[in-house]
Formats: sequence, C-alpha cells, structure tokens
Amino acid sequence: MLAFYAKKLVKALASRSLRRGLFSIAMFLILWELSSRLGVPIVGAIPAPSDVFARLITELTNPYYWRSWGTSLTRIMTGFIIAQILGAPLGLFLGVSRKAKAIIFPLIEIMRPVPPLAWVPVSVIFWPSAEMSMIFVTFLGAFFTVVLNIVEGVSAIDERYLRAAASLGSSPRDIFWRVMLPASLPSALVGMTVGMGITWCVVVAAEMIATNTGLGYLTWRGYVAGEFPLIVVGMLSIGLAGYLSSALIRRIGLHFTPWLAVR
Amino acid sequence: MTRGGAISVRGATKVYDPDGARVIALDHCSMEIGAGEFCVVVGPSGCGKTTLLNAIAGFHELTAGEIHLNGQLLSSPSQPATPGSDRVVVFQNGALFPWMTIAENVAFGPMAQNKLEPKQAKEAALETLETMGLSLIANDYPGRISSGTRRRAEIARAMACHPQVLLLDEPFRALDALTKTVSHQFLMEVYDRERPTIFFITHDLDEAIFLASRVFVMTTRPATVKKILEVPLPRPRDFRLLASPDCQRLRAECQAAVRAEALKAFSVGERER
Repeated sequence: MLAFYAKKLVKALASRSLRRGLFSIAMFLILWELSSRLGVPIVGAIPAPSDVFARLITELTNPYYWRSWGTSLTRIMTGFIIAQILGAPLGLFLGVSRKAKAIIFPLIEIMRPVPPLAWVPVSVIFWPSAEMSMIFVTFLGAFFTVVLNIVEGVSAIDERYLRAAASLGSSPRDIFWRVMLPASLPSALVGMTVGMGITWCVVVAAEMIATNTGLGYLTWRGYVAGEFPLIVVGMLSIGLAGYLSSALIRRIGLHFTPWLAVR
Repeated sequence: MTRGGAISVRGATKVYDPDGARVIALDHCSMEIGAGEFCVVVGPSGCGKTTLLNAIAGFHELTAGEIHLNGQLLSSPSQPATPGSDRVVVFQNGALFPWMTIAENVAFGPMAQNKLEPKQAKEAALETLETMGLSLIANDYPGRISSGTRRRAEIARAMACHPQVLLLDEPFRALDALTKTVSHQFLMEVYDRERPTIFFITHDLDEAIFLASRVFVMTTRPATVKKILEVPLPRPRDFRLLASPDCQRLRAECQAAVRAEALKAFSVGERER
C-alpha cells in the first residue's frame, strides 16, 4: 500500500509541469521571506512566510480558530441551502412558464445588479439578529446566480428533445420530470458552483463588517490587534475553505450528472 | 403482421408568417401512403419536406388541408396538433437523451405512455436492443458511442413504441458512406421484421432508391408532389442491388426530376434552411 503511494509520488515528481509549478511556488516563498526580512518598502510589511507558518501551527490547536471555521461554514451552508431551496423551484418555474418569466423576471433583473454586500446595512436593520442578517446576505449572494442559471438552462433545452419526448408519447408532466429537469441540471450545477464562490466573498466581507465571529472576523481581528501573521493565516484559511466547498459541489454535481463524465 | 398505418395527406398547405413575410412551405400537397409502405421523400433543400413531416408528427398545425391516419383525422387547421407515439420521429441531428443510457432511452417511450412499469420497460428495452444487435451498448450513455450507432439506437427507441408510422428526417445525413450502408441494412431489417409505415426524408438518391417502395419527388418551395417513382425491387434487398441496371435507371429518372427542381430553386436563390 505504502509502496504504491510512494511510487505514485515519485511518478508525480517526475512530471515536468509539476516540478515547474513547485519551483515557482518555492521561488515565491523565498522572495516573500527575503523581502520581509530585508524590509523592502511596501511588500516588506507583510509578515514573512516563516512567521505565518509558525502562527498557523499555534492556531491549529486553538479552539477559537476552529470555531471560526465552524461559524463561517454554518453561515455559508445555511444561506446556500436556502438559496437552493427557494431558487431552484423559482428558476424552473420561470424557465417553464413564459408568462411568469415576463412578470417576475424584470424584478429580478433590477435586484440582481445590487451587490449582495450593499445589502448589509439594510439587512442588519430589518433582521432581528446579526446572525440572520449574515445568513440573509449569504443567501442573496447565491440566490440570483442559482435562479438565472436554471432559467437559462431550461430555456436553452434543445427543441428536439422536447419534440422527441412528445413524439414518444410523453405527457407535459412527464416531459418536465424526465426531460427538462435532467437537461437543465448541468447549467444548474454551474450556477451552484459560481454561487458558492460568491457566497464566500459575501460572508467574509459581511463578517468583517457586522459581527465578531467567523473566518472573516478572524482575519480582521489580526489587523485590529496588530497580529499580522494572523491576517495571512485567515486569508489562507478562507481560500482553502472556498476551494473545498467548490470541490464538494463539483463532486456532488458529478455524482448527479454521470453522463457528463464520459465525454 | 402488418401494423403500419395508412397516411393520407389531402391538400396540405402551410404558410409561415414571420414578420408579415408570407412564406408558403407547402402548397396543396397531397399524397397517399399505404399501410406498411416504405415511402421516401426527396426534393431540393428547404422545399418543405420537413414541414410536411412535422405536420404528420403533430408538431405544428396546417394552414389548410387535412392529414389522416387510418382514416382518422390527425391534423387540420381547426384541430390542435398533437404528437403521439403512434408516429414516432427520428430526428436529423439525433435526439437521444444524453442523460439516459441507451437502455433507458429505449425504455422511455413505453414508460412515458404508462404501458409498462419501469422494471418491465427496462427488460423490454434490453430485449429490443438484443433483437437489434445493440446489447453491448445498453448501459452506455449516448455521448460515448459513435454517431452511426447512435442513429441505430434512436431507431430502436422509436420502434420500442411499436409505432404505426416511423418518421425519419434525414437520419443518416451526417454519416460517412460506409456507416451509411450498414445503417441502411439495419433499417431494412427493422422494416422487414415489423413493417411499420415509413416516411423517410433524404437528399441521397441512392439511399432513396435502395430503401423505398415508392419515391416521392417534391417540387421546390412551395412544395407539392412532382413525381412518384415506383421501386418494384424485391425485398429483402442487398446493398449490391444498387449496381443493377434497374436501380441505375430508376436513379437516373429520379435524379432528372430532382435536378430540374433543384435548378429552379437555385435560380431563385433559395438558401439551405
């Protein structure tokens, strides 16, 4: 087993593109370390990678650090899941019914360009708790993307598939479940992936503005308290969290669209 | 044995009216297609063949005229068009559902019509695929198999509904010559086994002669029937038949008629649609 992974690692290291990638990362870290140690103007103000790494090690055993992860993830998932629950049926409905689209779509088009973060002050005012306002802006971040991608997915379904289904004796109801739904799924998944990315942007900024918990606040606290290595630890954690969430969505997506994997 | 339905097209007329520019696609087109007949329709590009097929399929209404299946009114200006599994369409660019395996695609029709439970439908689909020599790809997604095989699978999906009429709109157009001959053989076997009525649109005259009982040559738009060619060659037919003098003579006759129309279309600047 171990030998297998060792062999795999050796093989991976032998790949030229991987070596090039590792080389550029190493160079970046060395330059960063040097500029920090030598006090190069502007960029030198950023804490050195060695300090960041040391801080990360201490944070890994700090329950406060992990609570920040937990809080942010909970906000993200709650907002995101509510966005799916409300957005997916609405998107499907707008995609299927031309009349509904004509009535509701302009409203969405007006609301959509407003950046979710611009909603922060209002939502702090009208939601009873900071937590709810936070989840609300997270929800907004994903909601419009989810709706638009599903509408787009349904409208872009090739006429041939609908005709073929009708020709094979499908009822409108059957066409909805067995043709429109799966046909719009890839586009819906794109919406979910993009929505997840937006959600992280939103939650981090909102946490800096409106609460004192979560990864966003952790980063902000590093700044306020003058603990600069913590800022970078926060940044890296947010990056990793965003990456993992997107990877999760992609994984789930692949599970539900096996036919896309074979292309 | 014969389960094909007789189609009667009477004075079918279809006028498209996009932005007030009246386009007459079909003009008092009439044809009688016998039960279980293999009818091939040829004509210049954009002459209205597909319009006629779509009207028979029930995808759109006629502006005037009527279409009957076994004496029953299918389509008229006053009757809303309804597609149905008694006349299944095989599309020009293929319309297998990419999100279903071939077996699921073939099971789609019987399940959609609530004739069979999902499990039975799946079994019946596997049987159909077995009969048609497509067992090996039953669990593949359409994106994974060759275009020639996809066309065959789509014909299998249509036949799983046991339609009275099979409507094919240039199904083999995009295939290379070799795959085409194999596909012809396949369709012929299906036809000889089940004898549905077939309405087959093509531009390929060899294909037309080889497959058809009768070839309908259409005029350029607005389309009506210009000429009907009987193809009295015995069935089952073999691909070597195409080299025979009978076949060559029919082909020449067919070509002369189509060419005259194509020239007319060309001179008025008709474009491929």
